[in-house]
Amino acid sequence: MSPAPASARALTVDSLNPKVLALADHFGGAIARRAQRMQEMLEKDPGSYPFNEIIYCNLSNPHSLGQQPNKFFHEVLALCDYPHLLHWSVTNSIFSSDAIARAREILDLIPGRATGGYSHCQGTEGLRNTIAVGIASRDGFPCYAEDIFLTDGAAPPVHMVMQLLIRGEKDGILCPVPSQFLYTSSMVLCGATLVPYYLDESGGWSVSISDLKKHLDAGRSEGITVRGLVVVNPGNPTGQVLVGENQCEIVEFCRSENLVLIADEVYQENVYTDEKKFNSFKKIARSMGYGEGDISLISFHSVSNGYYGECGRRGGYMEVTGFNSEVRKQVYKVASLSACSNISGQILMSLAMNPPMVGDESYTFYQEERGRIILLLSQCAEAMVQTFNSFEGMTCSKAEGAMFVFPSIRLTKKAIAAAEAMNTKPDVFYALRLLESTGIVVLPGSVFGQVPGTWHFRCTILQPEEKVQLFIYRFKAFHEAFMGEFHD
Amino acid sequence: MGRKGLDYEDLNENVKKVQYAVRGELYLRASELQKEGKRIIFTNVGNPHALGQKPLTFPRQVVALCQAPFLLDDPNVGLIFPADAIARAKHYLAMAPGGLGAYSDSRGIPGVRKEVAEFIQRRDGYPSDPELIYLTDGASKGVMQMLNAIIRNGRDGILVPVPQYPLYSAAISLFGGSLVPYYLDEEANWGLDLVNTRQSVAAARSNGITIRAMVIINPGNPTGQCLSEANLKEILNFCYQENLVLLADEVYQQNVYQDERPFISSRKVLFDMGGPISREVQLVSFHTVSKGYWGECGQRGGYFEMTNIPPKTVDEIYKVASIALSPNVPGQIFMGLMMSPPKPGDISYPKFATESKSILDSLRRRAQIMTDGFNSCRNVVCNFTEGAMYSFPQIRLPQRAMDTARSAGKEPDVFYCLKLLEATGISTVPGSGFGQKEGVFHLRTTILPAEEDMPAIMSSFKKFNDSFMEQYQDYSKL
Repeated sequence: MSPAPASARALTVDSLNPKVLALADHFGGAIARRAQRMQEMLEKDPGSYPFNEIIYCNLSNPHSLGQQPNKFFHEVLALCDYPHLLHWSVTNSIFSSDAIARAREILDLIPGRATGGYSHCQGTEGLRNTIAVGIASRDGFPCYAEDIFLTDGAAPPVHMVMQLLIRGEKDGILCPVPSQFLYTSSMVLCGATLVPYYLDESGGWSVSISDLKKHLDAGRSEGITVRGLVVVNPGNPTGQVLVGENQCEIVEFCRSENLVLIADEVYQENVYTDEKKFNSFKKIARSMGYGEGDISLISFHSVSNGYYGECGRRGGYMEVTGFNSEVRKQVYKVASLSACSNISGQILMSLAMNPPMVGDESYTFYQEERGRIILLLSQCAEAMVQTFNSFEGMTCSKAEGAMFVFPSIRLTKKAIAAAEAMNTKPDVFYALRLLESTGIVVLPGSVFGQVPGTWHFRCTILQPEEKVQLFIYRFKAFHEAFMGEFHD
Repeated sequence: MGRKGLDYEDLNENVKKVQYAVRGELYLRASELQKEGKRIIFTNVGNPHALGQKPLTFPRQVVALCQAPFLLDDPNVGLIFPADAIARAKHYLAMAPGGLGAYSDSRGIPGVRKEVAEFIQRRDGYPSDPELIYLTDGASKGVMQMLNAIIRNGRDGILVPVPQYPLYSAAISLFGGSLVPYYLDEEANWGLDLVNTRQSVAAARSNGITIRAMVIINPGNPTGQCLSEANLKEILNFCYQENLVLLADEVYQQNVYQDERPFISSRKVLFDMGGPISREVQLVSFHTVSKGYWGECGQRGGYFEMTNIPPKTVDEIYKVASIALSPNVPGQIFMGLMMSPPKPGDISYPKFATESKSILDSLRRRAQIMTDGFNSCRNVVCNFTEGAMYSFPQIRLPQRAMDTARSAGKEPDVFYCLKLLEATGISTVPGSGFGQKEGVFHLRTTILPAEEDMPAIMSSFKKFNDSFMEQYQDYSKL
């Protein structure tokens, strides 16, 4: 039998899973790739651009921009990775005593003290207990270790939830617009129908129940069974912190419309305003008197953000409540296919939910670190919001939380025409021009979705203090030149 | 409207179909019993450190330094860490600006991918391109990404060995594809039977299935057999003729316990074959830090390498990889260290070599102890564990045992394994979890319990088995 010709080889683009092909290009791919190439050129020839470095504001990756990790957390992780250190007296002069004590406690929780072994597929029970206690003390309502699944960051559990809920393209999930690509991509991969609901930009990106209802009904009238509602609080890319009343409305809505509430709360420790407070959806639901039997709720958290910013470790959890035991068995089953999440990430998640307390040796230093990081984020956010609001044609909502600002730009007809002539979306065009003139990398709003005819970009608030002014200076110069060039 | 909670019926059918016995019924029962105070010997999963195998010292030293770089500035660091560990930590920290807490490239840190490519080149004698190597959170994630990319619908079939590690069957179910089994030949030490494979393919095709890929697990799981070079050539020719992507799970390549068939990578054999086949057969090879003599399952470090996959297809796979943002950075460092371990002349080499040899030698001895132990039991026949980490004895259950099992609503091997668990605390995985010929029963156990515990474990097993066989023996034989 003669073999098939090379062009008909098994794995060509034409023979791949169409859902994979349908995935939108990642991270506003064109821009990220362009930035990467420019960086390579700058490294070879520093004079090739009118700036000497690429300023990455597209992805929240705090440590890559110089944010320092928390000393206590790293001490504990190092001791857990190499427990031999605990046998030597010189260790006492290098590591803080509470880090040593905590490492011993954690090692005792891990069967055989084997940090290199697979754990229970929901994560080490003792670490889940620690996290459950942390959640209970955060919310004032009980939390159980068997409801916790420790995961490699927030992405795998989102996939798991989609896999469970989506039977086919007639199933949909209500998803906020704008929304980060994790949700949109997961839905594409599962073949789900994305049922969008629009956050209210003029109302500080709040969730409008009437808008939710409108889109839910529209989806249903097209034969879509809407299975769940995704809410991101604090929001990404929009940065709002929802008010309690809004959250109550959302809980009621999910109950009355029979939707699983999927609460992405990974930015819960990034709140920059005293006027708002983070409340978990679990707390809100329980405060309303709704228990296990009343609402199905899946909440996510991770170690990628907060004041710890440990994205590279892939640590996170999902708390699964309000499902019967048959369904829970299926959740467990899907989780078990990946064996377990990485142990180091599990340990870190438990540290984030149970940090140093008053009286611990590391407490003062830890509080200082934490306070400083949040202050810097908050100051950077403030500076950016003010700056962008001062630009012609730009408005920027307050960054109450999360890691981003999401200004809207009113692009002129001339600019839009120029973009179309280059076969590019107008906000992508703006972002590319920004990159080429200043080295600043942002993500265009079209990556996240926006009300048609409006344009935005997402920019992180992670610039080191000493770089903020330079960033503002460059951006301002670019924007004025751009608006001048494309003046209608 | 009254609230109706989510019901089992409302879930994705594909998820409901998924079966994954490795952490299923037996494991859950064992955990329950453990909570009640019973001493359980978990041999259900290849999890060396959980059974007392010590981590290798050098990688732990390096990663600890990377976790807490402030240690490098401490004047006492040289007292507790050897100089080469310190140097290597600096090497990885330089590759990971921002440290272990920063996302890396979605495909993994370029410097580590380069180390993987260099390892492959040294191992096989052919150059490898780091751009075609993707690091993943364990090999399982890489397998799932590839199957997700390949399977379009229920008419896409994947050839999977039986018995197999059920990640494959589970992932195929999850992604809505069809599993096309090819049976390994137990009488021939779990050897490949290409005649049987061709029959399977023909049968599937006559049912409208398009076979897209073939999975091989070499060394095998649960069966442990090591494929010969001739076998691999046969398989590669087969994939060439039938236009299949070869998915080569080579995670146990360091675990080989006989000298007749050392590990050879599929890639090496492919390139040795030369000619058009070597440029056209599409191959994806998987490896991990979880097995071998490293056994660092908890780190979730793995990679896959793509050979002869067109650039546009690679781009699509990049898209899938990038949704999860980046594989965990400590796991990547473990992979880098495994790919470029201490060399003769390095300060840490003697200790590293001793630790590694001791683990491998012990595994080899334990493979033999277990095989012999099982073969000494009534109605039990066990092929030698040539490689990997498991023993997969065949349990010849008497008819009365099978009838009792079925009237209790259990598969016979599940029944046997539950009884074994309750009597001895030995937690195994029934053969039905891996697939077996109709009416032929097995169980999978690991060869990982500590060597000093093995004789007691095997004698406890024998005691249970022989009395079980006595209890259920066919009356007609009396």
